[in-house]
Amino acid sequence: MSSATNPETETKTDRLTLVEAVRDGLYTEMSQDDSVIVLGEDVGKNGGVFRATDGLHEEFGENRVVDTPLAEAGIVGSAIGLAMTGMKPIPEMQFMGFMYPAFDQIVSHAARLRSRSHGQYSVPMVVRAPYGGGIRAPEHHSESKEAFFVHEPGLKVVSPSTPYDAKGLLTASIRDPDPVIFLEPKLIYRAFRDDVPTESYEVPLSDAAIRREGSDISVYTWGAMTQPALIAADNLAEEKGVDVEVVDLRTLSPLDTETIVDSFKKTGRAAIVHEAPKTGGLGAEVASTIQEGALLHQEAPIKRITGFDAPMPLHSLEDYYLPQAVRIQEGILETVDF
Amino acid sequence: MSAQDEIEQQTISNTPQANAEPIRILDENGNVLPNAEVPDLSDDELLSMYEDIKLAREFDQRAISLQRQGRIATYAPMTGQEGSQVATSYALDDQDWLFPTYREHAAKYVHGVDLASILKPLRGLREGYAVPDDVNVMPEYIPIATQVPQAMGMAWGFKLQGRTDEAVLCHLGDGATSEGDFHEGLNFAGVFDVPAVFVCNNNQWAISVPRERQTASETIAQKARSYGLEGIRVDGLDPLAVYKVTRDAINKAKDPAGDELRPTFIESIQYRYGAHTTADDPSVYREENEAEEWREMDPIDRLGNYLRGEGILDDELEATIDDRIEAHIDEALGEAENAETEPEKMFEHVYDEMPARLQEQMDELNALREKYGDEEFSEVLE
Ligand SMILES: Cc1ncc(C[n+]2csc(CCOP(=O)(O)OP(=O)(O)O)c2C)c(N)n1
Ligand SMILES: [Mg+2]
Repeated sequence: MSSATNPETETKTDRLTLVEAVRDGLYTEMSQDDSVIVLGEDVGKNGGVFRATDGLHEEFGENRVVDTPLAEAGIVGSAIGLAMTGMKPIPEMQFMGFMYPAFDQIVSHAARLRSRSHGQYSVPMVVRAPYGGGIRAPEHHSESKEAFFVHEPGLKVVSPSTPYDAKGLLTASIRDPDPVIFLEPKLIYRAFRDDVPTESYEVPLSDAAIRREGSDISVYTWGAMTQPALIAADNLAEEKGVDVEVVDLRTLSPLDTETIVDSFKKTGRAAIVHEAPKTGGLGAEVASTIQEGALLHQEAPIKRITGFDAPMPLHSLEDYYLPQAVRIQEGILETVDF
Repeated sequence: MSAQDEIEQQTISNTPQANAEPIRILDENGNVLPNAEVPDLSDDELLSMYEDIKLAREFDQRAISLQRQGRIATYAPMTGQEGSQVATSYALDDQDWLFPTYREHAAKYVHGVDLASILKPLRGLREGYAVPDDVNVMPEYIPIATQVPQAMGMAWGFKLQGRTDEAVLCHLGDGATSEGDFHEGLNFAGVFDVPAVFVCNNNQWAISVPRERQTASETIAQKARSYGLEGIRVDGLDPLAVYKVTRDAINKAKDPAGDELRPTFIESIQYRYGAHTTADDPSVYREENEAEEWREMDPIDRLGNYLRGEGILDDELEATIDDRIEAHIDEALGEAENAETEPEKMFEHVYDEMPARLQEQMDELNALREKYGDEEFSEVLE
């Protein structure tokens, strides 16, 4: 198991939700490193529309927690420039669905400045964005477009699924010399609490986490979908005696090939669960990674349980769009019974 | 930032200059200002404008309370801004197109969208975005400022096709003027000289960010100048003034005089009395009493007083209007609350023809629903 359920007992901890842990991660890192600043829409006085920067404005002042004009390209572009001066900017995109104006800045520049300058410059920036569905939000507020960013060499893409990881992965992202797209699963922003150490710690951006050990099938997922995946695993253990291993990828780029392949070698079967549409989704990359690394262990087709190849619907239908425990169970059984 | 600064102290000025004082026709008591000219509207038109503004206010209060009861999702209120919304749509001809944001419920309603359709997306039903063929209103725009170049493009299409009697009206917020799409759209509008009117609903706030932190420009209207467009400031709490400047702009868009350019950029100066949306708590970032100053300029009182002064409105008529509004909204709420949708709907209209892969996905979902029942799909997290 990952350290998520086993934080070191000696260290002082707080019971935090995932969004509180994000805030705590920002707070802890800003307290220790003056070069870290937060900028974005409504992050200052308002404390962020999800309260992820609550109180930071009072604590660190308006030059380190900056309310910007409403312009994502401006926010990320200026963050790249700030990073050039040795600062560590953390731009917030209010929702992932509103990142697109900044797309050019992210993929054409943040991702490539290191390679274009032959390693002379880098962009140590963390772009934070809440993402995913399930909270009855208006149109454009529920998308999961991680694949856009995973597809771009030079970016790291991270998505925590527990409060402990949220702080540890965020700390590692801030300290990482390369640009990180940090995607926060807002469905589980307040779903449960963890013991989160008050001092700083890193969860490395290289390791997937085994959330549940099992021997019959490996279920690969991340972000909010770890929850229905774990529910499905428990149900199947109880009702059908199926022993499911749940692998939380945590860092979506670069992928932890070793953990992905090792789990599959043990189980010989796999299902991948994500909210994003099936076609061109990260599930395809995980399936190929498995086949490249462990083809001869494969005992059944690899199942993808995902959002559909249709736009995210308005909220009355989102429960049909998102993978549910029932869909996940069915997919697992199909693979196990193959 | 205060109502005083923005509106109160100025004398009437009809010079359409980007940094001039806002154009006004009615003072805070509904009296016609000296030198101001009341637009050419019949008594019936004035009354129906008044009724629509009142309806918008009532709709807003009902929608907010429905949201509190959990019967609709996040709602963006328009109280304080309905006078301008209604007046801009009165200035349109039926064949003109409207590009609204998530806040222009009243502008949509006046241009032909029924109230139930406005409520449906708030219940998660995409059906509300589909408007009848003869209603020229785009589905609301949520990604900020993305409508601006599109509205320009539609106006361009009318011009290229010689459709000289059609124009486009595009709404946007003060915050939207910071996005690249805003500048690109306005620049194109100037370069290609298209029949478009852009209305910036400057409600002084973009969620928690006040107007003076959004831009260092003295006024928002002056931004139009950089693109060669006429920029006009108008008191957005004065429906008659808003009607006048918008109607003039629509007329100019369709039939410019001499070497006049067709497009106009209007800064309608308003105030968001309430929260950004029902998910927002403005007490975190602004003073409660700020709204009070603006409420003294309220469009309903001003227009109502004017109509009473002219002998067009009396208590009896007011009561009839209020009853009619109540009944109308009740009916719309009932219709919206009874509207249903089907999971299959999310697979429809993705393309002209449904691809085989998508059909397969739909069949798979339907098989599961059949097997387990729809209750199993009620919540992603139990
Ligand atoms: C591209 C984009 N970025 C961010 C948002 C989130 N957002 C929704 S409304 C809003 C403020 C808009 O302010 P303004 O343009 O003044 O319009 P108002 O809401 O005041 O009517 C923001 C930041 C969005 N919808 N789209
Ligand atoms: Mg605004």
